[in-house]
Amino acid sequence: MAALGIAMGGGNWFSALALGVTLLKCLLIPTYHSTDFEVHRNWLAITHSLPVSQWYYEATSEWTLDYPPFFAWFEYALSHVAKYFDQEMLNVRNLNYSSSRTLLFQRFSVIFTDALFVYAVHECCKCIDGKKAGKELTEKPKFILSVLLLWNFGLLIVDHIHFQYNGFLFGLMLLSIARLFQKRHMEGAFLFAVLLHFKHIYLYVAPAYGVYLLRSYCFTANKPDGSIRWNSFSFVRVISLGLIVFLVSALSLGPFLALNQLPQVLSRLFPFKRGLCHAYWAPNFWALYNALDKVLSIIGLELKLLDPNKIPKASMTSGLVQQFQHTVLPSVTPLATLICTLIAMLPSIFCLWFKPQGPRGFLRCLILCALSSFLFGWHVHEKAILLAVLPMSLLSVGKAGDASIFLILTTTGHYSLFPLLFTAPELPTKILLMLLFTTYSISSLKTLFR
Amino acid sequence: MEKWHLMTIVVLIGLTVRWTVSLNSYSGAGKPPMFGDYEAQRHWQEITFNLPIKQWYFNSSDNNLQYWGLDYPPLTAYHSLLCAYVAKFINPDWIALHTSRGYESQAHKLFMRTTVLIADLLIYIPAVVLYCCCLKEISTKKKVANALCILLYPGLILIDYGHFQYNSVSLGFALWGVLGVSCDWDLLGSLAFCLAINYKQMELYHSLPFFCFLLGKCFKKGLKGKGFVLLIKLACTVVASFILCWLPFCTEREQTLQVLRRLFPVDRGLFEDKVANIWCSFSIFLKIKEILPHHFQIIIRYCYQENKCFIFIRFFSFCFTFLSLLPACVKLTLQPSSKGFRFTLVSCALSFFLFSFQVHEKSILLVSLPVCLVLSEIPFMSTWFLLVSTFSMLPLLLKDELLMPLVVTTIAFFIACATSFSIFEKTSEEELQLKSFSLSVRKYLPCFTFLSRIIQYLFLISVITMVLLTLITVTLDPPQKLPDLFSVLVCFVSCLHFLFFLVYFNIIIMWDSKSGRNQKKIN
Repeated sequence: MAALGIAMGGGNWFSALALGVTLLKCLLIPTYHSTDFEVHRNWLAITHSLPVSQWYYEATSEWTLDYPPFFAWFEYALSHVAKYFDQEMLNVRNLNYSSSRTLLFQRFSVIFTDALFVYAVHECCKCIDGKKAGKELTEKPKFILSVLLLWNFGLLIVDHIHFQYNGFLFGLMLLSIARLFQKRHMEGAFLFAVLLHFKHIYLYVAPAYGVYLLRSYCFTANKPDGSIRWNSFSFVRVISLGLIVFLVSALSLGPFLALNQLPQVLSRLFPFKRGLCHAYWAPNFWALYNALDKVLSIIGLELKLLDPNKIPKASMTSGLVQQFQHTVLPSVTPLATLICTLIAMLPSIFCLWFKPQGPRGFLRCLILCALSSFLFGWHVHEKAILLAVLPMSLLSVGKAGDASIFLILTTTGHYSLFPLLFTAPELPTKILLMLLFTTYSISSLKTLFR
Repeated sequence: MEKWHLMTIVVLIGLTVRWTVSLNSYSGAGKPPMFGDYEAQRHWQEITFNLPIKQWYFNSSDNNLQYWGLDYPPLTAYHSLLCAYVAKFINPDWIALHTSRGYESQAHKLFMRTTVLIADLLIYIPAVVLYCCCLKEISTKKKVANALCILLYPGLILIDYGHFQYNSVSLGFALWGVLGVSCDWDLLGSLAFCLAINYKQMELYHSLPFFCFLLGKCFKKGLKGKGFVLLIKLACTVVASFILCWLPFCTEREQTLQVLRRLFPVDRGLFEDKVANIWCSFSIFLKIKEILPHHFQIIIRYCYQENKCFIFIRFFSFCFTFLSLLPACVKLTLQPSSKGFRFTLVSCALSFFLFSFQVHEKSILLVSLPVCLVLSEIPFMSTWFLLVSTFSMLPLLLKDELLMPLVVTTIAFFIACATSFSIFEKTSEEELQLKSFSLSVRKYLPCFTFLSRIIQYLFLISVITMVLLTLITVTLDPPQKLPDLFSVLVCFVSCLHFLFFLVYFNIIIMWDSKSGRNQKKIN
């Protein structure tokens, strides 16, 4: 009894937090789920019933496989558990099949794979120092960071209501960041390479990784004033990093290269035909651009400066995913967005190269890369804001300035996720969870930096 | 962090859990012709909106009392009328006379669940928050943790937001009553409690402690002076509030009598369905015919042939109930104290639950509320009791397909209590408030030193039994000859637990003042 008491009351606040949020996720099982649910069911079916050579060609359902091969193997592994729940979900022809057992299995698979995220948060807590530690448990930075990450509102509603598998993917990213903080660079690089082959959206932050590893790992020493010492370049390190990336990519893309399917895979992964903005506009620069274009075209029509016959019929506000042309302002091509993104990333990359500030500087650069890509990228989903919010949590418990930026970013970012859940029963849920997270983040960070 | 920030977070957590539980099924969902409590509440909105007040409690062609006739006091009827006005505004089909029977839709479910949430938010939750803030001699963090545990109590959440009822209104009013009376706002407290009784007549389980406590206060102030004035004022408040609530029904004798007949159906049996009280549990011994001696069987069979000896059973039940709660009530009248009041609430409600007639399994909530109030004083035993009370409703919750919310909320509650109060470290005799009792016993039995050890082992056995029974009920099918086997087992096990708790709480009440007085002498 006493042993149980120690386990419960003593130092295991982390387990209590993790268990608490897991229970909340179980309560969210009967909520609304989006088409992403069907997407993943379809991928379970594809990977289970078809041979590898068909995976990236299968098109019975409109939700074709558009994640890199590691994710496809992940779905394959899941499908072997799925067959004990409901065999019917693994039939490719069963479009929109969602029996209660299927729902239970899918929801539990997300909850279960979140274990990697919990482990990653645990590792991240080790990396932040407790200089500002108060005497009370709830005022320690570790505690606050754990709550901000484990109970993150955006992750909860995107993963456990809308339905996606971001939990364990962000776990991989946070784990690689933690490893870089702990100076285990090879592991960090390996984890990031693996992550890229799970979901290629993390390419948004690849420049930060590349530049940091090159500058702070391959060049083993700096001059006294902090600038680069060219003769400390270590070929061994460069080659080992390259080898890691090469081996991981080979493992992932190798089979498809052997089958001569690489162009098909790449076309599935990078579908540039999908248009500048997603069906629901992500709140980025191009949304403003589109809005301006629309306003100008209306003004132009009113003032009779434009010929109504010349205006293209496809409207960007119709909620469909397709390409279209702008009417007044110049149309935007994927190359243009890439250039804008790179230009936006440049200041932070330069800082990382010329004035490296260790892992913390890398983290800042990562966040800025994520934000730049979010603002100027091609076909960005609003869920991509989580790529900036979650790493920012790590910085927020360090300095007061970072905390205030974090609060603005996270509150607006989470609010921008509201349109994802548009059904009536989810309205109180999302409002309550948002209030909960916002109240906690504001009051805990305020208390920390009193 | 500041107190009100923490309280806000706790309330938000409570509301989130409540709303997510409400996304599940409700009682009688998709089960014509009678459906369940959800349909009953919808039907009452229909009746109160469409019919004049005089016809609410009477049988007529428009109001068939056999189909969920109104059997709660007038305040419930007024609340239903208020909800009906809102329903009319959104979609009149929901309350159309006759044609809306069995109406089920996603939008309607959303509406009904929202009415429960609003009632909870306005009445019960503020009472809980205020109660925890008014607790004496504990730190801010413990107050907030206390509020969290009370708000996470699974039984109330599952019945109100799962099965579908409005218990939070009557329990909330009762809690305001407890608050008022404990803080010496006796008139407001008794007004709130009268409102509670006029919402659900089961609150009468709590009436004796209120009466004894207030009477005791009057005695203390002296019956010749201030005490007498207080007594008169209280009597006037009670009478006035009852008249106010029953105003439309006071005009004719027949109206009042009919309402009373609906509230207290004396022609119904000793117990309905399976409930964890004495009468139901012992009825299973009827089945063990060959074991009992012959004449004993006849007596029992005679007792249970209800057509023949109604009055005998009523009297029996009356005696048992009052014998078990008399000591505590007498003590409360002679020595009124806030702590004694709360423990007497527990003991009285538990006695009524165990020995009264026509008890529903949901009535355990009337015991759970006072136990929540003493959570900060005896966290270990209170948590244990609250877990058992949730478990005792297992058959009902399984019928409503609430297994997942049941498991999740129970685990969440257990973790919240275990981390907030470190309950496993607080099992010494002193913390269980059994010190004076065991000292008295040791005068006769010097070796009686292992009380807390026994209780710890009992707790372990109890939890294992409850988990096993839950697993068995969920996974296996009962044998064909005994289709109710699992429900009866659950009732029987819960009943044993409740008897144990009845003894325990009575011990605390009776042995309490001695230790209090001794402490004062020592200090």
